[in-house]
This record gives sequence, C-alpha cells and structure tokens, in this order.
Amino acid sequence: MANKKKTLSPKQNLIKGIIKENPTFVLVLGMCPTLGTTTSLANGLGMGLSVLFVLIITNAAISLIRKIVPPEIRIPVYITVIALVVTLIEWTVEALSPSLYSSLGIYLPLIVVNCIILGRAEAYASDNTVKDSIFDGMGMGLGFTLGLSTLGFFRELLGTGGVELLGFTLFDRSIAASFFVDAPGAFLMLGLIIGVINTIRVKKEREKKAIMDAKIAVALAKKAAKQKALEEQKEKEALESDPPVQKKPELKEAI
Amino acid sequence: MKDLIVLAFSAFLVQNIILSQFLGICSFLGVSNKRSSAIGMGLAVFFVITLSGGVTWLVYYKLLVPFEITFMRTIIFILVVAAMVQIIEMVIKKILPPLYESLGVYLPLITTNCAVLGVSLLNIQNDFSLVEAIVFSAATSIGYTAVIVTFSYIREQIYKAPIPEGFKGVPAGLVAASIMAMIFKGFIGVI
Repeated sequence: MANKKKTLSPKQNLIKGIIKENPTFVLVLGMCPTLGTTTSLANGLGMGLSVLFVLIITNAAISLIRKIVPPEIRIPVYITVIALVVTLIEWTVEALSPSLYSSLGIYLPLIVVNCIILGRAEAYASDNTVKDSIFDGMGMGLGFTLGLSTLGFFRELLGTGGVELLGFTLFDRSIAASFFVDAPGAFLMLGLIIGVINTIRVKKEREKKAIMDAKIAVALAKKAAKQKALEEQKEKEALESDPPVQKKPELKEAI
Repeated sequence: MKDLIVLAFSAFLVQNIILSQFLGICSFLGVSNKRSSAIGMGLAVFFVITLSGGVTWLVYYKLLVPFEITFMRTIIFILVVAAMVQIIEMVIKKILPPLYESLGVYLPLITTNCAVLGVSLLNIQNDFSLVEAIVFSAATSIGYTAVIVTFSYIREQIYKAPIPEGFKGVPAGLVAASIMAMIFKGFIGVI
C-alpha cells in the first residue's frame, strides 16, 4: 500500500513534521494545550515532550494493529488505545516530576482529545508501516514541542522578565508585562507568531513566483528569438543574430 | 441556592471555558467562520456537556470509587462521552428531525472536543456534588455557546477589514480573541 504513495525517507518525515507541517504554526492543531500550558518555557517543554512520547507510542501501536481493526469501528479503537497510552504517560509524569504534573493539571489527561494524535493515527499510522509511523510521530511531536517551547519562551520572557529554565533575566520583574502570562496574552502571542510566520511565507512564495515568472519569460523570449533567428537566417544567411543576449537583463530585474 | 448562582455566574463569565481555561479552542477557531454553524455547534455542545457532565459524575462516584479503579477515569470518561454523543444523536434524530438536520454534522465532532472531557474532569477535580456538577456543566456550556456565537459575528466583520496578507484568517482571529479575553478578564471584579 505504501508503494503507491510517494514515500518519504525517515529524515524527510522528521523534518516535514518540524518545519513544513508544523502542527502548531502551520496546521494550527491541538490549540488547547498550546495556549493553556505555555505560561513558562518549562511547562511548554514538559507538555510538548509528553505529547511527543504519546504520539510515538500511539502511532506505533495503531500501525501495528492497522490490519486487524475493522474499518467501521476504527475511531473508537484508536481513542481507546490513545486513552490507554495517555494514562501511562500521566503516571510517568506524576512519578518523575510531581511539580510539572500539578502545573500541567487537567491538560495532561486532555491529551486524549488532542486533534494531533487522533489526526496522525487516522491520516498516517492507519496505512503506513510501523517504522514510518514512528518517525512521523517523532517529527510531529518535535514540531509540537518546538511550537510550545517558542510560545512558552516568549510568554515567560515578556511576562516575567526572564526565563527560569535557562537561568537568565533580561529585565526586572516589576516592569514586566504580566499580561503575557495571563489568558489574553496567550491568544495575542500565538496570533502574532503565526502572523509573522505567515507573512514570511507569503513573501517567500511571492519571490519564488517572481523567479518562476522571470524564468518563464526568459524561456519564452529565447524561443521567440530562436524562431525569429531561424526566419531571418532563411531570408539572409549572411546576417548574424543572437537576440537572446538582450533579454538577459530582464531576469536580473525581476529577481 | 446563592452558592449555586455564584458558581453558575463564575463558570459562565469569569472562568469562561474558552477565554480563560483554553478548552475547546479547536472548534472555537474552526466553526466560528459562519454564524449558523456557530449556533449549531453551540447548541450541540450545550446538550452534550450538560448530559455527559451529570453522567460522568455518576459513573465516577457510583462505579469507579466503590471499585477503586479511579485511575481508569480518562479511559472511562472518553468512552462515556462517545456513547453519550451517539445516544443524543439517535434521540434527536427520532424525536426532533428538524433539529437533527441542523445539528447532525456537529455531533460526531464533539467527541474530540476537549471542552466536553475537560468539564467532566473539572467536575471531579473540584469535588462538586451532583447538583453542583450539573449546574457547573450547564453554565459552562452556555458560556461556550455565548462566546462562540459572539465571536462568529466579530469574524464576519474581520473578513471585510483590510488585513495584511500574512495575518488573514487564524492570526487575526487569535488577536481578536485576545481582546475578547481581556474584556472577560474584567468580570473578575464582579464576584
């Protein structure tokens, strides 16, 4: 089944999840924990890593059972598998870091209904090999971790004046905008980050398009010039002509 | 009685589920494009949250606690929610076909709406009694509906505004949501 589709190497699969299909900034999935747990870099990172582990395990498990599960009841089966894994991760976090467990609070069991996990199970793991699914889950999870860490970093920096996890203080807490640690700041910060990323992407696409347009224009001009040259050559064989040269500056201008 | 009113008011406005608890953001951003779908989703969520809030409370205290399997709550709750959605879908289809026509599409989506599971878990976390749990669930879901419907009106206006290319869609919506969250923060002073 995998042969029909364009298969990606494990490395490509990883990078796809981190950059091109970043779940936080590009796909805009799993917004509840993204906004709810990123009051500090440490919390964002903790949440991201929990999701990373859940994604790898569920993707592997669902990929393993994909041939046994009848398609009609696949969603309930997936949800049960995910709930099981999330419960295990919940215990692990509680045992390893009780402070993280209490600061993540209700968002930890809510990983069950995180759209990224069910989305990857349904869209990828349900018809790909175990190995590919693990790498896909790893890429998506790392992308999510990156998104949450970025958001947590900026919110903590602007909201408290420093980042505790990295152990540096930029400015005093008393002049920091605690707005960014509160709920409204979460929405604003995420909106701004996605907006800036989109603006860069739009600009890049426009540049790419301009380069493509210029290339097409040059190719067309060359073709026209060739034809013209051919016709001229027919009429007067002695005449020298190389029109393509005069079209070259157009390319540079467009770039 | 007075406590219940305060609880309901706080769940509805001060601790609004979308704007201060960050639950149900996916549907908040996804469905609020059109006013009609926002109203449909809001109503469907109201039914599901209120009913499943009560049922999960009963399941937890009458089934999980006596058998000492409270650690299974995440799995059991998500199954209860999925079952509730199915039952509500069937009941509405049988009793009120016109309502089913307008809500039908949104019902299956609700199983993975974190607001539903979130309210069930909050009921347990806050040690509510059954009555408190039902009041809390109902008030919370009314808060959800109010915000999602108001926001759909705002988003329709955002479409007409001249916004930079990169900020169109989700980023502009998030910035608008930030302003709305600030307004809702003002309600803290009321209680």
